[in-house]
Amino acid sequence: MLEILGYYNYWVFALVLMIGFYAVVARGNLIKKLLGLSMLQSAVFLMYITLSKVEGATAPILQKGVEDQIYSNPLPQVLILTAIVVGVSTTALGLAIVVRIKEAYGTIEEQDILKASGP
Amino acid sequence: MNITPHLPALQVVVPILSAPIVLLLRPKGMAWAMTTVTSLMAFCIAIAIVSGVQQGQVFNYLMGSWSAPYGIELSIDSFSAIILLVVTGASALVLIGARRSIDAQIESHRQPFFYAAWLLVLSGLAGIVVTGDAFNIFVFMEISSLASYVLIAGGPDRRALPAVFKYLIMGTIGATFYLIGIGLIYIMTGTLNLADMEVRIHEVADQSPVLLAAGFITIGLALKAAVFPLHLWLPNAYTYAPHVVTAFLAACATKVALYVLIRFDFFVFQQNLSGHDLQFSYFMIPLALLAALVASSMALFERNLKCLLAYSSVAQIGYIVLGASLVTVAGLTASIVHIFNHALAKGALFLAVACLAIRLSSTQLTDIAGVARRMPWTMAAFVLAGLSLIGVPGTAGFISKWYLITAVLAKGAWGIALVFIIVISSLLAVVYIWKVIEQAYFREPQQANGAVREAPLELLAVTWVAVLANIYFGFYPAIPVSLSSAAAELLLGQMPQ
Repeated sequence: MLEILGYYNYWVFALVLMIGFYAVVARGNLIKKLLGLSMLQSAVFLMYITLSKVEGATAPILQKGVEDQIYSNPLPQVLILTAIVVGVSTTALGLAIVVRIKEAYGTIEEQDILKASGP
Repeated sequence: MNITPHLPALQVVVPILSAPIVLLLRPKGMAWAMTTVTSLMAFCIAIAIVSGVQQGQVFNYLMGSWSAPYGIELSIDSFSAIILLVVTGASALVLIGARRSIDAQIESHRQPFFYAAWLLVLSGLAGIVVTGDAFNIFVFMEISSLASYVLIAGGPDRRALPAVFKYLIMGTIGATFYLIGIGLIYIMTGTLNLADMEVRIHEVADQSPVLLAAGFITIGLALKAAVFPLHLWLPNAYTYAPHVVTAFLAACATKVALYVLIRFDFFVFQQNLSGHDLQFSYFMIPLALLAALVASSMALFERNLKCLLAYSSVAQIGYIVLGASLVTVAGLTASIVHIFNHALAKGALFLAVACLAIRLSSTQLTDIAGVARRMPWTMAAFVLAGLSLIGVPGTAGFISKWYLITAVLAKGAWGIALVFIIVISSLLAVVYIWKVIEQAYFREPQQANGAVREAPLELLAVTWVAVLANIYFGFYPAIPVSLSSAAAELLLGQMPQ
């Protein structure tokens, strides 16, 4: 039981991932879909940050006079910085498309857009 | 200075640095000229790389001289070389003929943005192919995807917007799944370099995070590659995109995702996970066959020419997946040759559609009635490219079908059943191509088409270059076949047979 709880970061990752995924699939409102997509991506950020953590370690910054210090792995943090940038640009582009959909169709509900597009 | 060792980096750097410059080129036509020249340069670099690879040269480029696996390594083998040729060739060829079609569809003040996005797609796709680093692939994949959303949404048709939104959602989910997959592999191996991963994953193979990673990566990339039934974004995105964008993306965007799928699976997983080859076959072969049958049948009932061809793309992706999922050298060769040949055939078809669209009001089948009398050269190009798509002897499409059927037959008894399905799907292709031919050649032209004349010369010229390439590679398939078989042997090289 404790072993399972010890991985709680990963449980939260899976939970947030699924909540985001559900919102993307189940919601008809385009903005809500994008919110879900953002959550989906944030969950992955959480996973990467978790995997870089080393128990008893500090931030990976070299200091004079400090030796034998354990550092957290900086690589996943750098990777996820890049992935955050990708996520932000995806959301921005998605919102821009939603604005143009609103201009062209007058609605951001998926059902109404389908109706307006016709067969 | 010898420039040859720097070619892999230049392949990405040239278009990505030109993109912001293109943004500043306001005078009419300048943005197009700069983009075309850049794209031609990228094509020349790709040709130089291919000739180097064919002479047995290996390109390994350490970015910033950081030694692998710590730094990012660019590595090119024969598999990457043939895909580079497809991507840069398609971009250069389409751009040369694209100017008037783009003028007709996109306002001139938005054109610099459009061309800049085009160059970003090109550099992203080239980057995916040259890099040897798993995370780098993700970054380039998102560069090319985000830019291609912009290209698709650039057209005048408002229906492109919901289509591109769907593509954005599905594409991002695919990329995120891929990201989860490499995260899990990084947990287990501590490396992102594909060559290093291949060695290190051996010790931890068959542990659940690695298996989970294999699942996430396969599904994520299958979403990007529009493998049936994850193809839902593709038909509408291709249909409502600007015509030349469809020609460019149909030729290479999904192919590059398939390239990553095949490379990742065969490089990292196949030789290390026990029983993975069977799991891969049993999972992928049914999907590939369904793609060939269902998507071809959907194409039969489509009333829009571009949508018809888009469904046919889904079916052709099925063939490519089928070849790869046989997990034999012959199957992989067939699959890679078909990536090349399908890009030729579908690129030529969509270019012919762009020719039609520039003179006609729409791409609905009913609107092209009798158009062959007004645009004989365009329709002749369409027919020849269509024959290549079907796989008639003497065209490039025949070569890859031949390799595919040979590879499938080597599988024994149930191979015959597979051949049967391939033949049925090819017959369906005959029917839907014939539907277009019948409309264009044997129906009475509508009144509105009275003033229609032949398409602009440069667009027609590039269409015919693509068509002639189809015929040339149908008779002299040495270049794609030698590269593909070398690639297949490389990918399956260390497999226990």
